[in-house]
Amino acid sequence: MQTLPSIAQPRAQDEPPIVVSGLSHWFGEGDVRKQALGDIHLAVARGQLVMLMGASGSGKTTLLTLIGCLREVQEGSIRLLGRELKGASADRLVESRRRLGFIFQAHNLHESLTAHQNVRMGLDVHEGVPETEREDAAAHVLALLGLGDRATYLPANLSGGQKQRVAIARALVGNPDVIFADEPTAALDKDSGYDVVALLKRLARARGTTILMVTHDNRILGLCDRIVTLQDGRIVRDEKSETS
Amino acid sequence: MTRLVARLLQRLLGRLPIGWLQLTHNRTRLAAALAGVAFANILIFIQLGFLGALIESIGLPYRMMNAEILVAASDANTLSDGSPLPRQRLYQTLAVPGVSAATAVYYNRLDWKQPDGTIRTLDVFGIDPSTQAFRSGEINAELDRLKLSDTALIDRKTRNVPRDLFPSIGAGRPYQFEANNRSITVVGTFEIGGGFAADGYLVVSDQTFLRLFKRRVPGAPNMIFVKVEPGVPAATVVERLRAALPDSDTTVRTVAEAVASDQRFQTTQKPIGIVFGFGIVIGVLVGVIVVYQVLSSDVADHLREYATFKAIGYKRGFFLGIVFEEALVLALLGFIPGLAIALLLYQVIAASTGLPITMPGTRPLLVLLGTLAMCTLSGAIATRRLERADPADLF
Repeated sequence: MQTLPSIAQPRAQDEPPIVVSGLSHWFGEGDVRKQALGDIHLAVARGQLVMLMGASGSGKTTLLTLIGCLREVQEGSIRLLGRELKGASADRLVESRRRLGFIFQAHNLHESLTAHQNVRMGLDVHEGVPETEREDAAAHVLALLGLGDRATYLPANLSGGQKQRVAIARALVGNPDVIFADEPTAALDKDSGYDVVALLKRLARARGTTILMVTHDNRILGLCDRIVTLQDGRIVRDEKSETS
Repeated sequence: MTRLVARLLQRLLGRLPIGWLQLTHNRTRLAAALAGVAFANILIFIQLGFLGALIESIGLPYRMMNAEILVAASDANTLSDGSPLPRQRLYQTLAVPGVSAATAVYYNRLDWKQPDGTIRTLDVFGIDPSTQAFRSGEINAELDRLKLSDTALIDRKTRNVPRDLFPSIGAGRPYQFEANNRSITVVGTFEIGGGFAADGYLVVSDQTFLRLFKRRVPGAPNMIFVKVEPGVPAATVVERLRAALPDSDTTVRTVAEAVASDQRFQTTQKPIGIVFGFGIVIGVLVGVIVVYQVLSSDVADHLREYATFKAIGYKRGFFLGIVFEEALVLALLGFIPGLAIALLLYQVIAASTGLPITMPGTRPLLVLLGTLAMCTLSGAIATRRLERADPADLF
């Protein structure tokens, strides 16, 4: 398999890319203050595909957004790629997010950008990459995802599966250390859902990228290395997948 | 074309021209936005055109004066208002060193009833036909004929008169009309151009003037045109005249100062000038509101995409760049049709009113800069909506 043109980024080699300890989180204030997470401990090794499962309101999405630098840590600790997120400034959270990839339930592609341009947005956030390298990287990752012939298509002219693959390409093109995926198969049929996650796993594994994925989709459980189940804001089960 | 502009902008901005791509993606919204910006531009151009025509038309009769200095009543803010002067001021003026000539000029406004019953308003100057009060060769060539009782010369640019009137007079067929119970014979023409208050100008002898306006008296002209001896600075003579003439009833200014003062007064103190000024402000407000509406709804429609970009790691400056890019594109693209339509309307207005409404070279540049500022302001207001794009809400 070809590798993507890489963006030089330091990787923390000595510790797992994700280390969560004693993490608790609340929403609201006063009488309506509600605990979403309580005393979470979790470490995810490099290159692992970990699925977060649990009922709605169990706290899996809150955990994902906290590790993904999209919320401020209130209590406990999250070390992401060797750096503590608690007390990090808004600017540092933004900087940290540039080393991450995001895949959303709704693909959230920009309607007026072509597939190629949408993928480039995942790369343009990084400075110092020559223009030709950006163009080549976007075209290359689209080709890897089987969308080489759809590069100039607008999202409106792509199928649901194709849109989600463009979103995956956007997440992968920046060569991230960790990818956060939220229900990436929710809008896809069974075969498309499986294929998309299998492809994501293959590409990520080839590059040592860690994937943290929230899902309710039992059809793709066989693809993961580990399943972490949350209930009422706490981890109630943490098991290795039988197929991993 | 769209792709070509996109490539150009990408080189210019050093990033994907997302603002341009967003605008051109929704052509209907873009067309409505451009129509709004163009409309605001047209409004501003027309108001500026009227204001410019007002300023220009005020200066036209002054430029015809064969004088460097104008002596008028101390309460005269314009050519057409103010009290008459004591004729004695003419003799005092002539006695001041540096004055080579001075002539008293009478002014009044005359209603000229047309055969169809409508009224044309003429600004009438009564001059001493033995002196050359105006620079116009056409007027000076006819001074001897003006000495005949009840003869007059008329401005060829007088509005709303029969088309064949002036060629007929020019061909030697005098035109007669009744006014103030006297029969006036128009024997020649000249050219000044009508303003906002009157339709045109009429030049008669001082004697004809006093017969035409029975309440006026020879001892009370409206102004004195003063010529300065060659080599003597006009400012020096102005100082001497101010010292010689009582400032209780006279004001002495160079003609250039008098024009500037008249223009300043009419544009800042008279309703017509203030109305045009307000028109410009309203044009700017319309532009700001239209562009704000377009940009803010555009931001609202793309909140999820913006939140996604925030999640990826784009900072606030990037989003501001998109909104300002859109604002600048709207300003530039809306300006072009706005200017084209305004030029067309200037021609139509000039042809139908005779007003000196023209487009000086600096005006489009100023309006373009104003439009850019207007759109940037709208963009700045619209960016407040960006705060609502929270990437955590995407999950």
